Amino acid sequence: MFEATALNRRNDRTQALFRMLFLLMTLVLIVPVLIILTTLIVKGGPVLSVDFLFTSPTDGMTAGGIFPALFGTIWLVAVALLVSVPLGVAAAIYLSEYAPDNWMTRVINLAIINLAGVPSIVHALFGVGAFVIFFGFGTSILSASLTLAIMTLPVVIVASRESLQAVPHAFREACWNMGATRWQTIRKVVLPNAVSGILTGVILEVSRTTGETAPIMFTGAAFFLPFLPQSVFDQTMALSLHLFVVSTQVPGVPEALPYGVALVLIAMVLLMNSVSIAFRMYLRGKKKW
Amino acid sequence: MSKSPQSAVDFAIHTRALNLWYGSFQALFDVNLDIKQGMITSLIGPSGCGKSTFLRSVNRINERLGYARIEGAIEVMKRNVYDPEVELIQVRKQVGMVFQRPNPLPISIRDNILFGHRLHSKSKGDEDDIVEEALRKVLLWDKVKDRLKDKATGLSLEEQQKLCIARLLPVKPSVLLMDEPCSALDPKGTEAVEELIWELRGEYTILIVTHNMAQARRASEECIFMLMGKVIEHSATEEMFVTPAQAETADYIEGRYG
Repeated sequence: MFEATALNRRNDRTQALFRMLFLLMTLVLIVPVLIILTTLIVKGGPVLSVDFLFTSPTDGMTAGGIFPALFGTIWLVAVALLVSVPLGVAAAIYLSEYAPDNWMTRVINLAIINLAGVPSIVHALFGVGAFVIFFGFGTSILSASLTLAIMTLPVVIVASRESLQAVPHAFREACWNMGATRWQTIRKVVLPNAVSGILTGVILEVSRTTGETAPIMFTGAAFFLPFLPQSVFDQTMALSLHLFVVSTQVPGVPEALPYGVALVLIAMVLLMNSVSIAFRMYLRGKKKW
Repeated sequence: MSKSPQSAVDFAIHTRALNLWYGSFQALFDVNLDIKQGMITSLIGPSGCGKSTFLRSVNRINERLGYARIEGAIEVMKRNVYDPEVELIQVRKQVGMVFQRPNPLPISIRDNILFGHRLHSKSKGDEDDIVEEALRKVLLWDKVKDRLKDKATGLSLEEQQKLCIARLLPVKPSVLLMDEPCSALDPKGTEAVEELIWELRGEYTILIVTHNMAQARRASEECIFMLMGKVIEHSATEEMFVTPAQAETADYIEGRYG
C-alpha cells in the first residue's frame, strides 16, 4: 500500500522538470536587470560625488556635474504632476462615481485605453503642434510638462479609478442611506479610502515620467544651457536627454560620465518605486475591512 | 403585548397599486399595503418574491439602478415619496435602512454614530450626548463606552450590526427598514439583535425582511407573505402562523417550498 507506481514516478519527474523550467525562465528574467545594475554601479559609481550632483557640466559637457539636468527633471516632473493629478483624479471620480453605464462612458473608457497605447514620440509631436506652436508656449518647461502630463493621464486615471472602485460598495450604500449626497459620500468616505491607491499610482507615474526622453526632446528640453530655468517658460536641461546627449552626441566624453548619469537616473526611479511600495504597505497595514 | 402608542389605524407606510419593473421583468404586482405605525412588520416569502425589492423601494434606494421603473405610490407618513417635489435626502433621513451584512464605515465608533448627524446638522455642541443616547438605545453603550475612538470595523458582527442601527437614530427616522439583519450573525448575535429590534418597536416603525420563519414569528407583530411579486397575505403574525388564510401561505410556512 502507498508505494509509488510507475505512473506516479513518471508524473513526479515531469513535475520536477517543469518546476525547473519555470525557475530557469524567472532567473533569465532577472539576469538583465542585475547586469544593468552592476555595470552601472561598477562603471558609473566612481564618478558619483556631491560635486557631480551639484555642479554644472564643463569643458563642452565632457567633465563637470549634472546639476542643471537633475534640477530640470525635477521641474518637468513636478509641473507635469500638477496638471495630470488633479485632472486625472477628477476624471476618475467622474467615471467611477457618477458616469452612467452608457455608450458615451464606454467611448470615454476606450479613448483612455487608446491614449495609453499612443507611442511617446507621437505624444511629442502632438506636444509640439499643440503647446509649442498652437498655444504659443514655445519650447519650454510648460510645453514639455504638459506633453508629459497628457502622456501620463491615462495611467493616473486608470489607477485612480481602480482604487476608487476597490472601496466596498457597502460603504457608499451606508452613506446614501443616511441621506448623504453623492459628493458627501465621495469626500468623506470614498476618497479617504482610495487615496493610498491613487498615490501609489501617482508615484509610479512619476518614476516613469522621470525617464521619458522623446516627449520632452522637441518641446522643452535643451542640449545644454549655461543657466538654470527661471520660470516655466524657459527651456531646461533634463537627465534623460542629457544621458542621450553625452552618450551619443558629444565627442570626447570619458566613458564613466554617461554611466554616472544613467546611475543617477535609475537611482531616482528606483527610489521613487520603493517609496511607492513602502507607502502602499504602510497604508494597507492601516486599513482593514 | 403591543406597546404601540398610536391607535391601530395610523399607518406609517401606505402603498397604492405599486408596480415595479426591472427592465422588462415585473418584480412587483399591484402591491397594496398598510403598515401600521410603531409596529414590527416582517416580510416573508421565497427568494425572488419581491420582498427585498419592496423594502428597497420604500427609501428609493432601488432607483440607483437605472433600469428600475415604478408605478403607483408609496406614502411614508402620509406623503408619497415618489412625488416629484419630494427631496430624496429627506426621504432617506426619514427612512433608515439596515443591511444584510453589517456595513460600518472604516472610521471610529463615535464617528460612525455621528456620521449622519454631521451630514444634516451644523451644531457640534451635543455630540457626546448624541453618541451616548444612540449607543444606549442599541444596548451597546456599556460595551464600547471606553473605546469610542476605536475603529468600528474591529467590533464583532453582532456589535457592528447594532452600531449600524444606532447610527441611524441621531438622524431621527420614523421608519427602519431591515433587509435580513441577522443573516450574517451567529445564533447568539441573532438573538441579541432580535431583542434590540423588539426594544425599538413603538418608537419606530420597523419593516424587516427575513428568510427565517422562526424569526418572523418571534420578532414581529404583523407579517406579510409575498409570492412572485404579489402580496398573498397580511395579518397579525400569530394569526398567520397559526391559522393562515391562504393555502400558499400555509404551504410556505410548513416548508413545502421556498
